[in-house]
Amino acid sequence: MNTPKDLRYSEEHEWVKIEGGNVRIGITDFAQSELGDIVFVELPEVGAEIKADEPFGSVESVKTVSELYAPISGKIVEINEELSDSPEFVNESPYEKAWMVVIEPSNVSDVDGLMTSEQYEAMVSED
Amino acid sequence: MSELKRTPLYEVYAEYGAKTIDFGGWDLPVQFSSIKEEHEAVRKNAGLFDVSHMGEIEVKGPESLSFLQKMMTNDVSKLKNGGAQYTAMCYENGGTVDDLIVYKKADDDYLLVVNAANIQKDYEWLEKNLTENCELHNISNKIAQLALQGPKAEEVLQKLAPNESLKEIGFFKFKADVELTGIPALVSRTGYTGEDGFEIYCSSDKATKLWKEILEAGKEEGVLPIGLGARDTLRFEANLALYGQELSPDITPIEAGIGFAVNINKTEDFIGKSVLKEQKENGAPRKLAGIEMIDRGIPRHGYPVYADGELIGEVTTGTQSPTLKKNIGLALLKKEFSELETEVEVEIRSKRLKARVVATPFYKRPKN
Repeated sequence: MNTPKDLRYSEEHEWVKIEGGNVRIGITDFAQSELGDIVFVELPEVGAEIKADEPFGSVESVKTVSELYAPISGKIVEINEELSDSPEFVNESPYEKAWMVVIEPSNVSDVDGLMTSEQYEAMVSED
Repeated sequence: MSELKRTPLYEVYAEYGAKTIDFGGWDLPVQFSSIKEEHEAVRKNAGLFDVSHMGEIEVKGPESLSFLQKMMTNDVSKLKNGGAQYTAMCYENGGTVDDLIVYKKADDDYLLVVNAANIQKDYEWLEKNLTENCELHNISNKIAQLALQGPKAEEVLQKLAPNESLKEIGFFKFKADVELTGIPALVSRTGYTGEDGFEIYCSSDKATKLWKEILEAGKEEGVLPIGLGARDTLRFEANLALYGQELSPDITPIEAGIGFAVNINKTEDFIGKSVLKEQKENGAPRKLAGIEMIDRGIPRHGYPVYADGELIGEVTTGTQSPTLKKNIGLALLKKEFSELETEVEVEIRSKRLKARVVATPFYKRPKN
């Protein structure tokens, strides 16, 4: 399981990366391996408001649908359009090619409330 | 929660990298490597499935045929020794008890292979309606079932059966006394994938050995172990019904599109005949149809389907087809909306997305 140290993690298996004032979000390596082959990614539109702990999109594998939960609140400023044609990026490159959205957070300090890589690894290995 | 049941092969799953799930009370592998990879292996080469959770019920005695004629929707009298037949069992109202395969071993000796989740229910239903000079034995726990499916299935299995010519076993025919690396097995040319292949029944205590031998024999041909995930996508593309989705006590075999397994012309009466005859002659109020999404989205089991703002049915199975890479589904729709090219809407996470009715099966294997 790959969990880069420079990212923060949510209980719903999203990763978060601070980039200046904005925050980039995707799903973790652990999440993609649990889901299996991803065949579909549904993301909100640019400009949409997302709220912490509420669904903002979904990823589907051959077998199941999983919702994406917003790790923090904010406004969507960019979405990864490539995932629409290449959902397999989520399996191949969850932290790079398969970033999902960039948001302008309501409060960037909310990121501090998320888990560190060590905490996330501990949570996952408990399950 | 009660403990999950295990097949005799449970002990070797981990060795092959299986990820298991609770499937109707059974702890079964959903995948070994990846659903897509396994799906492709079966379409291109061959794959091995553990389907030991399926149930086996023997029907024996001089009056077996007349009993089966009463219970089954298909005409069991058409079976010769060594023949297999796909059929349904129904309630009086035409709703489906189960879909199953009947094997005829001899005039007084039949084997029914039923869905895992229905073993107890089927046995009780058969017992309740049992007639004289006929007996039932539920031998599900003693029998393991493996399925080897795919264009290279025969070539691989033949290696293990030096005394037998598997080529001679025709589609929906079987041989009850085949030795596979010395293991006695019933080998039948049937399956649930849309490919050529075999279903193999052997004693539970021999299943692990047979599993390993088949995978070993099929290494060169690219045979992989296959989980339930790919089993589902394979059967779905081939339009093979799954009990609990396309079939249920509320859905008749005619509605589910397996009218070919309902023979209303057989001389004997059978349970459910009046309703099924009516539906076969005049059409059922609902019909199972193939749908393909026009808008972006994947139809899934249970999603409602609309047309002209009216609820007209629901999706029974849907996914992104690994073979066709299209977002497709099967949906039980009001008859008026089941014509090809009819535009419908599937409600996916509160959004109504456009789809159209398309022909099934979605996949047909190339003829050789």
